[in-house]
Amino acid sequence: MSRNSKRDSARRGTGITRRTFATGAAAAGFVAGTAPFNIVRAQSGPLKVGVLLPRSGVQAGIGQDCQRGVEVAAGILKGLGLPNLQIMNGDTESNVDVARARAERLIAEGAQLLVGAFDSGQTTSIAQVAEQRGIPFVINIAAAPPITEQGYKFVFRNFPTAPMILGDAFGNQKEVFALAGAAPKSVVFMHVNDTFGQAMQKGIGAVMPKFDMPYKILETIAYDPAARDLSVEVAKAKATGAEALLMVSRLNDAILITRELIKQRWTPMAVLSMGPGWYEDQYLKTLAKLSDGPLSFVPWYDPNKKNSKLLEAALAKAYPDINLNTNHIYTFEALQIAADAYKRAGSTDPKALADAIRTTNIKDNVSTGPGVQFDAKGQNDKLKNSAIQNRGGKLVAVAPKAASNAKPELPMKPYDKR
Amino acid sequence: MGLPVPVEIYLNVAVSGLLTGLVYGLMALGLSVIFGVVRVVNFAHGEMMTVAMYLALILFQAFGLDPLIMLVPIAAVLFAFGYLLQIGLINPFINRPEHSQFMLLVAVALILVNIQLIVFGPDAQGLHTPYSFDSYQLGPLIMDASKIYAAGAALAVAATLFAFFRFTLIGKAIRACADNYDGALVVGLNVKRLYALTFGIGAACVGAAGAMLMIVIDVTPAIGPAYTLLAFVIVITGGLGSMPGALLGGVLIGMTEALGGLLFTPSAKSMFAFGLLVLVLLFRPQGILGRKAT
Repeated sequence: MSRNSKRDSARRGTGITRRTFATGAAAAGFVAGTAPFNIVRAQSGPLKVGVLLPRSGVQAGIGQDCQRGVEVAAGILKGLGLPNLQIMNGDTESNVDVARARAERLIAEGAQLLVGAFDSGQTTSIAQVAEQRGIPFVINIAAAPPITEQGYKFVFRNFPTAPMILGDAFGNQKEVFALAGAAPKSVVFMHVNDTFGQAMQKGIGAVMPKFDMPYKILETIAYDPAARDLSVEVAKAKATGAEALLMVSRLNDAILITRELIKQRWTPMAVLSMGPGWYEDQYLKTLAKLSDGPLSFVPWYDPNKKNSKLLEAALAKAYPDINLNTNHIYTFEALQIAADAYKRAGSTDPKALADAIRTTNIKDNVSTGPGVQFDAKGQNDKLKNSAIQNRGGKLVAVAPKAASNAKPELPMKPYDKR
Repeated sequence: MGLPVPVEIYLNVAVSGLLTGLVYGLMALGLSVIFGVVRVVNFAHGEMMTVAMYLALILFQAFGLDPLIMLVPIAAVLFAFGYLLQIGLINPFINRPEHSQFMLLVAVALILVNIQLIVFGPDAQGLHTPYSFDSYQLGPLIMDASKIYAAGAALAVAATLFAFFRFTLIGKAIRACADNYDGALVVGLNVKRLYALTFGIGAACVGAAGAMLMIVIDVTPAIGPAYTLLAFVIVITGGLGSMPGALLGGVLIGMTEALGGLLFTPSAKSMFAFGLLVLVLLFRPQGILGRKAT
């Protein structure tokens, strides 16, 4: 640069000389080479978390219930000393294709981590997007095993797979039968005909023989998840002469099936549910005393953990009429995992976040089991389930005995004598 | 196929399908009446039915009024809605190409669904009447009380409608419009007004059916399009434009779905209804009670 040009440069106000450039470059190199300084800068803002849930469509009720877990999470996470999360809501409309499109849109709008999506089909499509785009995805609820069998590097599931749910369910059922001193000799298996239901149906075939159950499955009945009338399904189940119902259902169909059981004057000895629906608040409220009796073998929470009490209290304050359930527990934990990983990664870099999630070791969680850790596939394989029963509009834990607060009641009280 | 099913279960399921089919038939009757006279295919039919279902729900929740008692007022509201829709929106489209009419009514359907979503949300909502969980036993037959009442009301409304078209002057005038449009104009009938009356009557039918269905199923905005499709399947099976055909189609579809689900797999119930439709289209394209186009 000539003297004239230096003078011109200074006159224009830019003032960049060889010396200032070299100083700047050195400073930039220093900044780039000192990680702690970077961390401070990166943690100054909240992590943008795209929460994908079925907020409308046939699963809207459950999606909105999961959202309650999101809404009460901020205060608890702050209390735990975890960084802030900026929640970006996405509606999958209970539809696989919409779930994929919403995931793409949230990433385009700046989401740095995804959480969702309650349903296995929708979760599968979001997982594909997350993996392609290299954005970490923490699954709150989805049980289909293939999701974590694809070798994905950015997909993590803190929810039991269908075989895990089934294994614990059969184990807890045997404990319940022993505690109650009664067991059905035959069941009819009714399941919702979607990704989750089909995964559970396949899982039952694989897992049940290992448990030497006291009952046989007389008939398997699959039904449409959007069905408006399940009278034929219940009539067919009743016709088998089975003593109990083994169920994998959702909320609306659980209500429809109960109505049909009453109308068709059939009270099975037990309703053994291995999915959502039968223990949910809307089920309890809609059917009142007719909701009593069903046993649900579900991913649940350990009431003795500190964070369980915090979550229970926060939910009771925000939603006094809502019982803490699986939807809140696992959605909250997904956000806890995200915040914990962000704190340890110290960066919003997707790869750093994914690496941090992979090494998660959370002990002060909510769900039953020793805590949150992920195996090489991104699956928390340490999770345990509980057996809960509907009693007087509330839910009591009846197994495993170590985590129970009531004894199981079996057989169910007849519907016409309530 | 599973275990053998006792005969009484077949009977129970057949009766349940028959009762549900009668309500389906009344809903489809409205579509058939509108098409038979106005020659406009109402693509907002199911959505109009959900409007009636939500009206029944609101009246029940706010005042405890039974949907079966409120059937007539709800039908009257839907009549007014249909009448105004025809006068204000559809009449200008009567002489336009069919695809214009088609898009107009699809737009009406979309607007109705989205208004319902905004006002009522996406959740399924139901009501519990004092007889919601009742059933009647007749020997081995156990019949759902709500379905019996709904089917009875459907038959009463259908009979009233048949009588109206057969014995009243207005009914005869509407039939005249349907039979010979030019002739009706020549003898001085106010065809536009009769069209509006007809659309109103069709809407009243679907309003009554909606009030009845509210005691049988839960309502969500999403069921509207599904019931529009169901109404089409029924009227095409029974014969487009034929009133007895719509009722017969409803019963056939209701029973086919029920028995098909029992005999094979319940999750494929709709497949049997569509299978019946395909058979009818193959062997009697005008529908079971429909008239051949001349």
